[in-house]
Amino acid sequence: MSPRKIRLSTTPTQGALDDLQLGDIVYLDGLMYTAREGVYKRALEEKANIPMELPRDSAANFHCSPAARINPDGSFEMGAVTATASFRFAKWLPEWMEKSGAKLIIGKGGMTSKDYKSFFVPNGAIYLSTVGYGTGALLGRGVEKVEAVHWNEELGLAQAMWVIKCNNMGPFIVASDKNGDCLFERENAKIAENLHRVYEGTRPATLKRYGETDDRSDEVI
Amino acid sequence: MIPIDIIQKTAETLMDKAAIEIPQDYLDGLQAAADVEDGDLSSFVLQAMLENYEAAKEDRRAMCGDTGTPRWYVKMGNETQIEGGPIALEAALRRATANATNGVPLRPNRVHPLWRTDHDNNVGIGAPEIEYGYEPGGEWIDLITVHKGGLFGTDYRMLFPSDGIEGIKRFYLDSLVAFGKRGLACQPAIIGIGLGGCKDTCMVLGKRAACLRTVGSENSDPKIAALEREFKEIGNSIGMGAMGFVGKSMVVDCNIEVGYCHTGGMQMSVHAFCLSSRRAVARVFADGRVEYRTDPNWFTDYQRRETVEWDAPAMEAAE
Repeated sequence: MSPRKIRLSTTPTQGALDDLQLGDIVYLDGLMYTAREGVYKRALEEKANIPMELPRDSAANFHCSPAARINPDGSFEMGAVTATASFRFAKWLPEWMEKSGAKLIIGKGGMTSKDYKSFFVPNGAIYLSTVGYGTGALLGRGVEKVEAVHWNEELGLAQAMWVIKCNNMGPFIVASDKNGDCLFERENAKIAENLHRVYEGTRPATLKRYGETDDRSDEVI
Repeated sequence: MIPIDIIQKTAETLMDKAAIEIPQDYLDGLQAAADVEDGDLSSFVLQAMLENYEAAKEDRRAMCGDTGTPRWYVKMGNETQIEGGPIALEAALRRATANATNGVPLRPNRVHPLWRTDHDNNVGIGAPEIEYGYEPGGEWIDLITVHKGGLFGTDYRMLFPSDGIEGIKRFYLDSLVAFGKRGLACQPAIIGIGLGGCKDTCMVLGKRAACLRTVGSENSDPKIAALEREFKEIGNSIGMGAMGFVGKSMVVDCNIEVGYCHTGGMQMSVHAFCLSSRRAVARVFADGRVEYRTDPNWFTDYQRRETVEWDAPAMEAAE
């Protein structure tokens, strides 16, 4: 069975968001902005003014930095576009959602169902994952235009806030739904049922690792 | 004497090729994985990846937006001389890396670890890495660039002889499952395993096994080659596929390289090259000829030599 394909606006209605099911394939139209460590720190910790009207212009936050350059004449060249792993940004997202009204968080690998239930669901937001974590060229084709780059002098090209106009940009996979269920956790649970078989006959390492729990009485042997 | 301007120009072309053109051996391996994959979501992902490689070549744009941490492996024949010497060579590779970052464009990933300073060109302290190898005889230089993602899918562990093959399998599975969940390792991938050496060389061996050997290649030790086949099969029987979805494609190929280690230890490293496994190679000759290829052919008999002296007949033959 092949997955369902859906076109979605980057300023989606709540109805369109509620309709999304885990594993649906989504293509986006409209403005999207990138934000990762640098942007969150600058906007939330240093309290800099966000240089866009959010969520009016866009409710789609992409955890991404593109392979791109700013030409000497100020125009942009954007090649491939690929997401970075989102779990690292969980600590900033509740405040970011409140401030930006973001409804679509797009990135790599998703977040936990705990995160989804605690701040995605109350904000009516959905998580979309990029596909394969390497369809950079396909996503690059979906970039109609780079509208602006904010904070590139302060943060560098890789951390700057890129504003891109998407035209049928995708594929993305719906990785959380309106109930806060998590696609990756669903898949993990199915795979876990089989793991004992593949581990059969192996054994844990003689030398253990210290420091991965908070129990300081641990030993490595 | 190899002209330095040809080295720099070739290096710039290699940066472009590595970022844009998926190597054929890997593409064949991935196609084979896609042919047997039956998980709905995993299959969709693999098809999207195959389309993506086509799009990259058609548009001449990078296949992945995370263009990794570009690095260089350089190998020379024993008689090779480079115009300007090794300092000029390193300058040419640094220039090529910076120019291509702006030109292709690549993502300027490299920053200072503490101050996060970004020169926007993938050049900085220790970046790009440049590693060297030598071969007996010949006047040529092989330039190999690898663009590998830099965050997930790699791990190291000190094992002991008493851990045995069961311990090796365990750590192999632990690494695949740990980084395979949610697809953090960007699988399916070429998995490289380093065994032995010291801690640093163990990591180097595993990384080179992942990045410098092609899909379908085998270790020259038949017993290690058998382990490689077994490990590929084990990896693909976890029940996990692309992005950590239910499936059967984790490992496009498994390559193992070994080095002599401390008598009490059995160091092990595991490295997952990306789904977009990006490497490009060229040999430059003294007369300025350039031959492009995708097989680094790094692990020759000479690189795996065990003896004090390299045996003379082979050296004469090469000369």
